[in-house]
Amino acid sequence: MTHDPKPVKAPFWTPGTLVMLAFMAAGALTLVFRYTFGLGGVTNLNNHYPWGIWIGLDVASGVALAAGGFTTAFLAHILGRHYYEAVTRPALLTAALGYTFVAIAVFVDIGRSWAIWKPIFYQNHTSALFEVAMCVMTYVTVLWIEFIPVLAERLGSRIPLLAFLDRILDKTMWIFIILGVVLSCMHQSSLGTLLVIAPTKVSPLWYTPMLPLLFLTSAFAVGYPMVIAETTIATSSLRLESEMNVLSPLSRFTILTLGVYMALKLGDLIMRGAYATLLDGSPQSNSFLVEMGLGVVVPWFMLLFGTVRRSRRLLFAAALMIVGGVMLNRFNVFVVSFKAPYATEPYYPAIGEILVTAGAVATIFFLYRLFVTWFPVLSARRQEV
Amino acid sequence: MKVSRRVFLGNLGALGAAAAVPDNARAWESKAPPAPYGCLVDLTRCVGCRKCEQACNEVNKLPEPEMPFDDLTVMDRLRRPDHRSYTVVNRYYTGRLDDRDRLAPTFVKVQCMHCQDPACVSACITGALTKKENGTVHYDVEKCIGCRYCMAACPFEIPAYEYHEPITPRVRKCTFCYERVEQEGKLPGCASICPVEAITFGRRNDLLGQAHARIDNDPAKYVDHVYGENEVGGTSWLYLSGVSFAKVGFHEMPTEPMPKVTETIQSTMFSYLWSPIALFAALGALMGFTSRRSRSKEDDHDA
Ligand code: SF4
Ligand code: SF4
Ligand code: SF4
Repeated sequence: MTHDPKPVKAPFWTPGTLVMLAFMAAGALTLVFRYTFGLGGVTNLNNHYPWGIWIGLDVASGVALAAGGFTTAFLAHILGRHYYEAVTRPALLTAALGYTFVAIAVFVDIGRSWAIWKPIFYQNHTSALFEVAMCVMTYVTVLWIEFIPVLAERLGSRIPLLAFLDRILDKTMWIFIILGVVLSCMHQSSLGTLLVIAPTKVSPLWYTPMLPLLFLTSAFAVGYPMVIAETTIATSSLRLESEMNVLSPLSRFTILTLGVYMALKLGDLIMRGAYATLLDGSPQSNSFLVEMGLGVVVPWFMLLFGTVRRSRRLLFAAALMIVGGVMLNRFNVFVVSFKAPYATEPYYPAIGEILVTAGAVATIFFLYRLFVTWFPVLSARRQEV
Repeated sequence: MKVSRRVFLGNLGALGAAAAVPDNARAWESKAPPAPYGCLVDLTRCVGCRKCEQACNEVNKLPEPEMPFDDLTVMDRLRRPDHRSYTVVNRYYTGRLDDRDRLAPTFVKVQCMHCQDPACVSACITGALTKKENGTVHYDVEKCIGCRYCMAACPFEIPAYEYHEPITPRVRKCTFCYERVEQEGKLPGCASICPVEAITFGRRNDLLGQAHARIDNDPAKYVDHVYGENEVGGTSWLYLSGVSFAKVGFHEMPTEPMPKVTETIQSTMFSYLWSPIALFAALGALMGFTSRRSRSKEDDHDA
């Protein structure tokens, strides 16, 4: 094995972590208001716009950006390309943290948080949301199970239970790895099914019965760029070696996955004739142009060049654009494109909604740093031959 | 261990192949009850007295209104049903003149349409919303988790939410006076009170017959369209109008039921969980194959 994950030896308390603490505090305070005055107290949601950025960003984008977890697991463990194992642990950690926060976001967003367990017993099988909920619930569990060996490596000697679980998992891990990929494929696509039930509300630029397939393929496409972006951020902020020897070849797969997504998406747009409104200057069409142009087409062309794939800066830029493009796509589908014909006023996220979202992002960064400092997640630095 | 795992994966593959024959051949079918109740609202008769709003408020024990029900100035602005009122009457001036050449208003009562194949029912994660045999789209607060997917799904934007309840908010909408109709054999509150019989309660099929008869008997008075007959696959509440529906707040709707596409996708992909099982088997086989290959490579190196 070429990789050897170790806890990172870097000081934990930095100006960065303190800033994150401040955001976390602001978000937590907003939650106090949420549970005192109701959703109406801190959000701009109304009867026509029942879903805002907590669903559009925290849940939908969050799920998409955790795709690094199952795409790297597929490559390294199922396809057996062990060379890429150096990035599976950080991707797994990001996915586990990401999904945990998706679950928390749902918990906060639903009006009856205490009833969150009810879909397990009251099941409505025609509901795409039911399927998303079941998969996400199971997948969070699977992710933390997959993470147990990492915890055991560090704490196994002190917590016998961890060591015990680790030994059982040694033989059964393949089940969870495959299960993780299957569950991801299921709910990534069902997330796209959600708004297919509202054809009169979703702008024709995004509304298509193909939404599930587009969500699935874009999740495939964003997986490795997400790994590239987060590894670059982590290695540079923790002053580790860049891991370009893994990231460069990883980016080659994205030419294919992003290319497939681009072809499907553009093909669908042309087949439906929806491109007609593309240049009308509306917020919808502008947002669509940014999403497709800067988020898909430009980075795809960039990745075609070996110089881009080998340059740390350029590769990071391309990966960041793809990540931003898929995030914007989810935001567009759930927020920008959603127009309620009977609504008297549009929806804009309230300051309270923004604070909670920012607090959640800060908490993820904070915990990521905490985990890589304590546990053997990153293998950079001693990984070079 | 390794060998047994391969055998297991092989069995799994067979299982997957068997499950991979989905029974998605059957097309989507409407789940609408055959003879539901309905209400026919004749906009040419409505005088905008707000008595239906008041009756609805009393029958459903809703909170005191902000402005009394005999105050007609509330109609100066368009309203929507909300968590305190399941129905509202709006006033539109469409340029139509009365017999004394003054601008004549058209009054439109708005409430849940009780769709035949309701988007809200299909979408609800827990089945808190159900379509009853008598046509009612019924809400069960005990199952609701407050996800508001029903609200995102409803094409008429009807379900309202108690946004200022921190812990136990409810989804609120016209109940079609379910208990009153089903258990007490009475008319819905609004239909029973209307002084000019603008609201007719009955079996949906009978109401459609009546509606078309009224149009046929007086084609000059009505536009030739019963709103709700085909909109979103049909609704239990039906409307007749003397002016274009588009001018009095009715949006054009597809005639396909809203849940058709999503339910077709869901059942095609997930009936008997065939696709996840098949995918699991395929990935298992792939993993078994690659791990055997890499092992044999290692063996070569060792040798
Ligand atoms: S009008 Fe809306 S809330 Fe009423 S039954 Fe139809 S979809 Fe459901
Ligand atoms: S808010 Fe309640 S009734 Fe509406 S979809 Fe969610 S669980 Fe169902
Ligand atoms: S049917 Fe009942 S709940 Fe619905 S508007 Fe009429 S009175 Fe109100």
